[in-house]
Amino acid sequence: MAGSGTAHMRTAAERVLVVDDMVVEFPVGRKQVVHAVSGMNLDLLPGETLGILGESGCGKSSAGRAVMQMPKPTSGRVSLGKRELTGLKVRELRGARARMQMIMQDPISSLNPRRKVRDLVAEGLAIWGYDGDDKDASIRETLEAVGLDPDVVWDRRPHELSGGQCQRVCIARALMMNPDVLICDEPVSSLDVSVQAQILNLLERTKENYDLSMIFIAHDVSVVKNISDRVMVLYLGKTCEVLPSGGLQDEALHPYTRMLISSIPGEEARAETPESPHDEVEVPLSASATELPSPLNPPSGCRFRTRCPLATDLCAAEEPVMREVGAGHFLACHHVAVPDGDAPRLTVLSDEENVAG
Amino acid sequence: MTEHVLEVDDLHTTFSTPRGLMRAVDGVSLTLGAGETLGVVGESGSGKSVLGRTIMGLISNNANTEVTGSVRIAGQDVHEMKPGARRKLWGPEVAMVFQDPMTSLNPVKKVGVHITEALRLHLGLNRKDATERAVDLLRQVFIPEPVRRMKQYPHELSGGMRQRVVIAMALACDPKLLIADEPTTALDVTVQKQILDLLATLASERNMATILVSHDLGAVAGRTDRVAVMYGGRTVETSSTSRVFANPRHPYSEALIASIPQLRDAPHTVLRAIEGAPPNMLNPPTGCRFAPRCRFAQDRCREEEPLLRDLGERDVVHRGACHFPLEIAYEGVS
Amino acid sequence: MPSKKALRAASVNRTRLLTVGAVLTVVGLALAIFGWSTPSLLLGGKAVLFLAGVALLFQGVNRLLQGVLGRRVDLTLWLCVGWLVAIVLAAILAPYLPLGEQNDVAKTLLEPSYTTPALLTEHPLGTNNQGLDLLARSIYGARTSLMISLLAVAVGTVVGGTIGVIAGYFRKGVDSVVGIFTNALLAVPPLILLIALSTFLDPSIRNMSLALALLTIPSMIRLARANTITFAQREFVMAARLMGATRMRVMARELVPNVILPVFSMAVVMISALIVAEASLSFLGLGIQQPDPTWGNMIAEGEGGIMEDHPHIVLVPGAFLFLTVFAFNLLGEKAQARWDTRSAKL
Repeated sequence: MAGSGTAHMRTAAERVLVVDDMVVEFPVGRKQVVHAVSGMNLDLLPGETLGILGESGCGKSSAGRAVMQMPKPTSGRVSLGKRELTGLKVRELRGARARMQMIMQDPISSLNPRRKVRDLVAEGLAIWGYDGDDKDASIRETLEAVGLDPDVVWDRRPHELSGGQCQRVCIARALMMNPDVLICDEPVSSLDVSVQAQILNLLERTKENYDLSMIFIAHDVSVVKNISDRVMVLYLGKTCEVLPSGGLQDEALHPYTRMLISSIPGEEARAETPESPHDEVEVPLSASATELPSPLNPPSGCRFRTRCPLATDLCAAEEPVMREVGAGHFLACHHVAVPDGDAPRLTVLSDEENVAG
Repeated sequence: MTEHVLEVDDLHTTFSTPRGLMRAVDGVSLTLGAGETLGVVGESGSGKSVLGRTIMGLISNNANTEVTGSVRIAGQDVHEMKPGARRKLWGPEVAMVFQDPMTSLNPVKKVGVHITEALRLHLGLNRKDATERAVDLLRQVFIPEPVRRMKQYPHELSGGMRQRVVIAMALACDPKLLIADEPTTALDVTVQKQILDLLATLASERNMATILVSHDLGAVAGRTDRVAVMYGGRTVETSSTSRVFANPRHPYSEALIASIPQLRDAPHTVLRAIEGAPPNMLNPPTGCRFAPRCRFAQDRCREEEPLLRDLGERDVVHRGACHFPLEIAYEGVS
Repeated sequence: MPSKKALRAASVNRTRLLTVGAVLTVVGLALAIFGWSTPSLLLGGKAVLFLAGVALLFQGVNRLLQGVLGRRVDLTLWLCVGWLVAIVLAAILAPYLPLGEQNDVAKTLLEPSYTTPALLTEHPLGTNNQGLDLLARSIYGARTSLMISLLAVAVGTVVGGTIGVIAGYFRKGVDSVVGIFTNALLAVPPLILLIALSTFLDPSIRNMSLALALLTIPSMIRLARANTITFAQREFVMAARLMGATRMRVMARELVPNVILPVFSMAVVMISALIVAEASLSFLGLGIQQPDPTWGNMIAEGEGGIMEDHPHIVLVPGAFLFLTVFAFNLLGEKAQARWDTRSAKL
């Protein structure tokens, strides 16, 4: 993957968020630069959930933060509604940015430990100096909307709540700002397994009740599939594949997407679909193929080529460009799904599955 | 499987904290034969990590900790031993792999030193033999260019590579029992599977008993013979892995399996969440600890503690701690 | 289940605690009283007996409390808190307490000088060469010492804390300038700085406080800065900024309430250091002048062979100084263990 191009961008007039050729780079040490996001394009329709999928170090969190201008991207444009955020002055940005809110990975770290729940949820109101009579009522309403009993949690502090409850407080706090776009950065990965489902269901319900568009950033393929309409797969700051989430399991083509899917325990066997045994590629037990290249000095051409079982010289020489391979399905790869149709299905397999099963 | 590598009998680990007694492990019994793999699944506060460390003898009786019951490794009670004798057990009999490879490795020691140290201490090898053996071990955990890696420092390796080094260290003295505590939680998804596969391969090659402690049901599903589901410091269900996943009898196991999003489900499938949060172990609920979150809980569940009992039919071993075990067959993961 | 066996073990444990505790308390108390009052031993022997008695008493009371309350009690901590409350109250209420004369030599012309401490007399802790009452002087000394060190720490904390938070939050240029300033201050040996200052400042309480505050500022800046940097990386700071909070607001509402706890713990430890510093200055004659008492200048009265004949002249203010410094130190350490996120995570 690791491709560029804008083929997956849509033209609908009512897009709530458009990110255009966004680049995020961080200087480190002398003259060295971390290429966190290199030329990302994305758009979001009203009521849509875009899932961004990738491993740690793929730039998905940097992308989420850059969209919120925290910090501003190195280059590229981000437009929220009709307003372009990238050119705004600090003061204008304060207001414009509040139309987007973010849910972060660690709910406990996201809440000021010295505050009570009611103050945490009302923080947005306090920042903007709102102090109407309906303040308490709207805090209560929002707490109820996220499944917390206002009477119980009203005066509690974060350390008196469980992780799931803290995440609900974070969601309530974001909702109080009445945002258009909610960016969720790994919102369930630090929660207990039994609590993840609560939060995922809550986010889904909230999105509908509050007319939100959502960007959902995560590393867990099943979680992303569950909540998203559209999935974007990132690798080392580049987009590999964009596809409707329903097709994630069976239609995803990019070697990296397949690798992510086959990493799900219990999915190895499923990847071995009967109609495609001829193209099996072994992922060896050896660690060499697992090394993520340094984002300081990403590979030329396709950035995935160092781990890709299909890589050829072409991949090193030329960067693949996004192209359409199906309805709403876009791909940046030189090798899979050649346009004339009978592309080989690719299966990434391990030779060690189900050792004990 | 008459000779058990590990026998744990009615183990309790209690910490006295400033806010009261915490019964982190509250009556767990299990046995493990050579070459067998046991998955211990649970959420935070279920006591799974404390269980692993108590079996290891890393947690033992002291001013703030009370361990009762017995842990027998190779026939010897770990908690009856003197600390010196226990140290001799670590390495040749039992070894452990922790969650975060970076904290298990000393940042100022080279990879080679980490591994040869154990070899020279426990097996009395000289420098040359130990080095040869260490290179061999690195090769066994599929580390490319093992000779060069011996001279590197931990920070020069990636997370997956470090965990491989930690595994090589654990294997150095050929332990009969390996306890892996969340060995992949700190790693990337694509690396997690490789480490789990590696552990499974090594265990079967060496006929080594393994305990895989994890919160990740998927990690345990395909790679263990048996599984013990823990909740609130107790085992709530235990049986062969395929049975627990295909036919969970305890409502907690069933709900836990059902709450995880599956790749094969359509987008926006409403997940069956378990309401509430794991119990506060300083003040656990009376009766069944899962009762406050259980869909099927009745008055009896809130009053009377269910004991772990046999639920299997005829010769199938399937034990659960529930007054009203489920009868529905759930379409399994594995 | 809390098995019957465990319950029984707990109750056996408790009985044992209570018995052992009671025995130790009684023996300790008896030993201490005997050691204090026996005429048949030399001073050294008395002291050994008394201290042994106190140690036993401490162990005994500790066990008794644990047995009665069912949990461990930090007796040392509570003794320290008790001492500090007592000394602070005494210092505040000194003018209203029925104490002997503390600084007016004219009134003590008829009082005996160098009386030795005897608890039930008019001068429980004895008198000095001019017949001034040592208990009164120690308590008025506490008034001065505590006032100076508290004032100095307060000034240092507010100034240093503010600068530290600003430097830690803005980093870059501000941080470098502040860094040079703190390093410069730290490079000057503190005692020399104080002696230099005392050459052109009158030794009044205000000037002493400001001079000592100067000593605390650099460490306060460093601590506040380091903690600010840690908290500024926490996600709640980012969340506040995303909701549109200004930087002023982030500092005042998000960072300061968190940074204040470790800074406060440090301040408590610093009080003890400043008490010692103030006492050293007074001892050298650079602080508050006689006849107004401070612990430092009271200890200095023992100079010139007087201590050999009348050890209580030095021991009494020394004991006050020691206990107070010890108590502040211990309290500060406990507070740091609890609130300083760098040594113990929240």
